Amino acid sequence: MTPQQIRLIIAAAIACLVAAPFVLNPFSITLLNYIGIYALAAIGLALLTGVGGIVSFGQAAFVGVAAYATAWVTALNGYSPWLGLVLAVILTCSIAAILGFVTLRLQGHFLSLSTVAWGLAIAFLFGNIDGLGQHNGISGIPPISIGPVALVESRQIYFLIWAIVAAVLLVCYNLLDSRIGRAMRALRGGNTLVESLGISAFQIKLVTFVIAAFLGALSGWLYAHLGRFVSPGPFEAGMGIEYLMMAMVGGAGSILGGVVGAAIVTLLKNSVQDYLPLIAKGASGQLEIVAFSALFILFLQRARQGIVPFLAGFLPDLKLSRPQPAAPLPRREQPPPGTLLLKVSEAQRRFGGLVAVNNVSFDVKSGEILGLIGPNGAGKTTMFNLLTGALRANSGEIAFAGRSITRDQQFHIARAGISRTFQHVKLRPRMTLLDNVLLGTYSRTSTGLLAGALRLNQAEEASARYEALQQLERVGLGDKPFELAGNLPLGNQRVLEIARALAADPTLLVLDEPAAGLRRQEKLRLAELLRSLRADHLTILLVEHDMEFVMSLVDRIVVLDFGSKLCEGEPAAIRSDARVQEAYLGGVA
Amino acid sequence: MTADIAAILAIDGIATGAVYALVAIGTVLIFTVTRVIFIPFGDIAAFTALTLAALDAKQLPGTAGLVVVLACMACVMEVASLARARELRAVPKAVLGYLVLPLIVVGIVWLTMRFNPPMPVRIVLALLLIMPISPLLDRIVFRPIADASVLLLLTVSVALHFALVGLGLLFFGPEGVRTEPLTSMAIEIAGVHVSGQTVLILTAALVFSGLLFLFFDFTLIGKALRATALNRTGARLMGIRPARAGTVAYLLGSLMAGVSGILIAPVNTIFYDSGFLLGLKAFVGAIVGGMASYPGAALGAFGVGIIESFASFQSSTLKDVIVFSLLIPILLWRSLASQHSEEEVEE
Repeated sequence: MTPQQIRLIIAAAIACLVAAPFVLNPFSITLLNYIGIYALAAIGLALLTGVGGIVSFGQAAFVGVAAYATAWVTALNGYSPWLGLVLAVILTCSIAAILGFVTLRLQGHFLSLSTVAWGLAIAFLFGNIDGLGQHNGISGIPPISIGPVALVESRQIYFLIWAIVAAVLLVCYNLLDSRIGRAMRALRGGNTLVESLGISAFQIKLVTFVIAAFLGALSGWLYAHLGRFVSPGPFEAGMGIEYLMMAMVGGAGSILGGVVGAAIVTLLKNSVQDYLPLIAKGASGQLEIVAFSALFILFLQRARQGIVPFLAGFLPDLKLSRPQPAAPLPRREQPPPGTLLLKVSEAQRRFGGLVAVNNVSFDVKSGEILGLIGPNGAGKTTMFNLLTGALRANSGEIAFAGRSITRDQQFHIARAGISRTFQHVKLRPRMTLLDNVLLGTYSRTSTGLLAGALRLNQAEEASARYEALQQLERVGLGDKPFELAGNLPLGNQRVLEIARALAADPTLLVLDEPAAGLRRQEKLRLAELLRSLRADHLTILLVEHDMEFVMSLVDRIVVLDFGSKLCEGEPAAIRSDARVQEAYLGGVA
Repeated sequence: MTADIAAILAIDGIATGAVYALVAIGTVLIFTVTRVIFIPFGDIAAFTALTLAALDAKQLPGTAGLVVVLACMACVMEVASLARARELRAVPKAVLGYLVLPLIVVGIVWLTMRFNPPMPVRIVLALLLIMPISPLLDRIVFRPIADASVLLLLTVSVALHFALVGLGLLFFGPEGVRTEPLTSMAIEIAGVHVSGQTVLILTAALVFSGLLFLFFDFTLIGKALRATALNRTGARLMGIRPARAGTVAYLLGSLMAGVSGILIAPVNTIFYDSGFLLGLKAFVGAIVGGMASYPGAALGAFGVGIIESFASFQSSTLKDVIVFSLLIPILLWRSLASQHSEEEVEE
């Protein structure tokens, strides 16, 4: 499909939405209104859960906070609904920011459990605070007015709801295609990669969390002024899982999935209410939640992918145009060849009683390729993790470009100019090659959240895209920039990691066993690539097992054994060193 | 607050905590063996209380219907998966285990009911009837996705809870029940009145935890369960079937939840949806134990009971808010204390 065809489809969809209230009966319009309102909350959850990988059971609580906030402002204090909107958004986002600040460092299911906890706690508050009508709720909420027109009828508020939904969809799609959005998409699959790109995973999670709450707030505001009544019921834990169901059924990784999921769940619920009484008289209310939960479980067992991604698989591929030449991104000033770049002095790391790295010291000079080798268990990977900040040294000092990085966080070290690859390839398999490499440019670009969502910084984006394409071409993957990274063979995935690292314009490139699992031809090509990088004055530190690969490539070698440095020197000297031979092959019997 | 009131609150809290502890231990047991955070556990406890109440009222409890429906579903699923794997020889055994056995249990309850059995027999019947539910749910809901991430299993578990609440309303109706006290005795300890029910709750909690300890340390099945909890693949290589270990864990856990339901029913009014809060509070206790340590879970559960008791004295409406808000600092502490691997994360 071409972009023009997509624009046509979007225009047709908008035309249908605008025409709907003139053709449909009032009941269907009311249904559409609720779909739109639920869709907003579900889109927030699609961002948080599907894109960011944070499963939240608490979205209903955010919707509730906003609904109660605007009810308090308008029904109890008599101010305008627009003031209610302001307060609803501020209150919801502040609560989300505080909750997120406290809980987003939690890992995996601990984080999701915390959403159950605060979701319940907030829902309990609605029914128990004296000023909020307790379990009876707050009635008499005024309608929203635009100028002199009060949006009383469902046909009137319909346009407001769906205009907001359309705007949110547009902004979210822009956002996901921007610098911050790519970082959000990278969250799913673990923090290590994200931090290694100079991105603060915590910060991005917090941003995603607050955006999800913001969309929940919009939903809650509209909900309160559509129904003109709020009570604790619709914001309890059960609704939290219903929102999750909407987001996941629609396809949690997809923004449009939020709308589709909201539509399916709402329509299904409606028809269940119509048909269940025919099957079981008088028990339909009970069966409704049973049927729903059962369907959701079945869905989670059989079709976790969701509807929108499933259908999108049948559409013809989107034809994207290759990035065009653009102004280059600013480059780092590289130190002159031969100067001291990285200095490791007396670094030590213990795991309980085991000393994995024991007082190791070595230097890396700019412009060289240094190999770090050693038998299994020598402490290579631990040393590597100390350099990149994935682990902290217990004692000793690591200085990079004259500055101590011993206590720095991973993303700070990455920003200082150390880019890394991983022994077990860490890519985002569902992102394209170009997007994966674009992740590398994060620390060199500055487009913020709003600028990205509103497409205000297209010049920088064009530069970044062109830079990413150039790095892909540099490593030999420039022919298919829109292929999905997961479709590449292992050898090319490793090369893609290098392109991503290069896109950060590093001073020092650290590679963790880049030749592991590669075939001979692939190894030769990789060695060739690394030599060409050295010719461009890039400094490279590599940890490697494959002796032939290391010996033919590197300038100097540091040998580790049992956590300590055994020796260092040029490849020929290392090869003939008796201690190295003993460490690798055992003593001469 | 005087010392007297504090003592009464503390005893009350310990009694509630003992009930939570039973459920918490069951939650830990199931999590370690199957990696499922089994939220519906509280529902099982509530259903036991409702079952007992129905038996007291000489009605066939709704649980019977639930067991029959679940048994049929589980049996169909098991036979279908055996047929796909072309292991037709195993079909009779599967039908026996998943269909006939639960039906026999229902049959026993149905027959015994007609003779107006005394209270202890009714309790045994209620426990018997409740025990097949979790293993059957395990077969229907969790076994097809046994290898999924903890997070997905948690999502399914939450959804399952809501399904059970709906079924609870369907089978038991909206009325709350309070069963007759198991004992009307009372004793005084250092001037504080302690009801026999409290003593009974504490005794039961201790006895069942003790039995569980003996089971784990002195029986082969118990050891197999511990092995599965430590390493599923390793256990499988030793000839232990994780699925069967899971079934045993669910059976044991249901027993603990069932006992707690019977203990709490004379003290609190139980509704079809009372289980959620019971289960979640027990779960807060289980998290204190890092979802791994039984003594830790029990201690945590006692802590929750005591905090709840004092919180309800301060503000009865906000006690649940207080208990659940406490979960967040506990989670922070546990998350920082545990080493998390990224391999779990789903792409």
